[in-house]
Amino acid sequence: MVNLMAAWAENFNKHRRDVNVAVTGGGSGTGLTALISGACDIAQSSRAMDEKELKQAQAKGIKPNEEFVAMDGIVVVVHPKNPVKNLTMGQLRQIFMGNVRNWKALGGKNKPIVILSREFNSGTHIFFKEHVLRRGNAKGREEFSARSLLMPSSQAIAYEVAHNENAIGYYGMGYISPRQKVIAVAKDSTSPHLEPTVENVRSTAYPISRPLYLYTNGEPQGIVKEFIDFVYSKEGQEIVKETDFVPVK
Amino acid sequence: MKLRKAKEFVIEKLIFLSGIASVVFVVLIFVFLLREGVSVFKSIGVGEFLGGKHWYPVSTPPSLGILPFILGSLAVTIGAIVIAVPLGIATAFYIAEIAPPRLRDVLKSLIEILAAIPSVVLGFIGWMTLVPFVKSVFGIPTGLTAFSGSIMLAFMALPTIISISEDAIKFVPREYKEGAIALGATHWQTLHRVIIHGALPGIIAASMLGVGRVFGETMAVMMITGNATAIPTGLLQPVRTLTATIAAEMGEAVRGNSHYFALFAIGIVLFVISFFINFTADLFLARGRRK
Repeated sequence: MVNLMAAWAENFNKHRRDVNVAVTGGGSGTGLTALISGACDIAQSSRAMDEKELKQAQAKGIKPNEEFVAMDGIVVVVHPKNPVKNLTMGQLRQIFMGNVRNWKALGGKNKPIVILSREFNSGTHIFFKEHVLRRGNAKGREEFSARSLLMPSSQAIAYEVAHNENAIGYYGMGYISPRQKVIAVAKDSTSPHLEPTVENVRSTAYPISRPLYLYTNGEPQGIVKEFIDFVYSKEGQEIVKETDFVPVK
Repeated sequence: MKLRKAKEFVIEKLIFLSGIASVVFVVLIFVFLLREGVSVFKSIGVGEFLGGKHWYPVSTPPSLGILPFILGSLAVTIGAIVIAVPLGIATAFYIAEIAPPRLRDVLKSLIEILAAIPSVVLGFIGWMTLVPFVKSVFGIPTGLTAFSGSIMLAFMALPTIISISEDAIKFVPREYKEGAIALGATHWQTLHRVIIHGALPGIIAASMLGVGRVFGETMAVMMITGNATAIPTGLLQPVRTLTATIAAEMGEAVRGNSHYFALFAIGIVLFVISFFINFTADLFLARGRRK
């Protein structure tokens, strides 16, 4: 996600040489926390602000304004040599909660499953937890298995999956590469297994897709408004496509 | 005359200020840690925090048990020490007593270079080389384990252990060595019966400082120990250390909630443990000097 923002910032700078957009990564929680404490003008987030954050923002006199700027599909990946290629949401849930621990149970080799997850601050982590483990119920109690490896970045997950036949991980569509194999996911055992293609994500037929937001303090004004307008512009949405996310306009 | 006195007065005070500045900073840091960290104990008990087995800080209600991280730090540190201490002491003896002078200089500067490599670079190299190596050698599901971290950290602790041990060995009075040789002891007998006893407090202090370095290391550890929050039962498992937990989660923790306070409380735990490690090292260093 930080890739997308960096690309927007870079191209925006080509139009407005006098404006310098500083982009910092760290996860949606990091961005929203920064917005609440007034440390940034725009916070990018792959999840909507939760009640707690809204309350905190209110207490600090910040009025969060939400802009829906792109879509992203969360991709589940395994090593290219792993024979498993289709999984249902139910199976993913069992894997990431640590209930299924061997690939054999899923039609693979007799090998242990190594679960790769993102850190707690990652929007991807939270989205995956709420959407897959908790089946959309944000108040659920399901958690990732404590045995899952908390990786510091999507890049780290991509690297480990590419080098470890036992690993399964997830990341945003932007990271898809031939060094990892994308799993086709089905909503339930009666639905078809779908790959996270642009069409499937935009139509939300692919079960693990999510919106990407930009948050500002109040209605965007001045240079912030210019930036948001740029993001919605044809050029801005073209950049969305180039960085492997799905445009909204 | 008066001017000179005034000048001396000012200079004296300036030196005094810089002298106590670091002490003041340490105290301020500790007070700050305490103030922020103690709040977590309003929501959970000390025992529940230190002995709790689950860490789900952003769930409602959160689970804030740091036992897995304490054990993780311990596992990585013990592993690193088992590797680094014997290797470091042997190297120190070689450099101080056996190596020819020219080789000694080369070795010493190489070790200094090792100390100057930023930990994130070592972590990166470890991730690319050590992790796959450990995975294939032991035939384990993943190479991101406490053991990989131990090997990496052993490398980071080595320069500290070697250079302080070497100093300790060099400061063993010459008469001890000459006396031993005059009594007919061989070089090896002199080394392991006489010199090692004279240098022991310094060597122990060197090892303790090495422990401190390992225990407080963050970046490299975060990259290669796998960061699983389960209680480790062996060295060949993914673990997460206390330091990595703070580094990975501080950015996101919302100011003022229990997760934020818990991270500061982990800071207190780290501070106390590091304090004891350094204190022990100082005790041994002081004992070495008195001899």
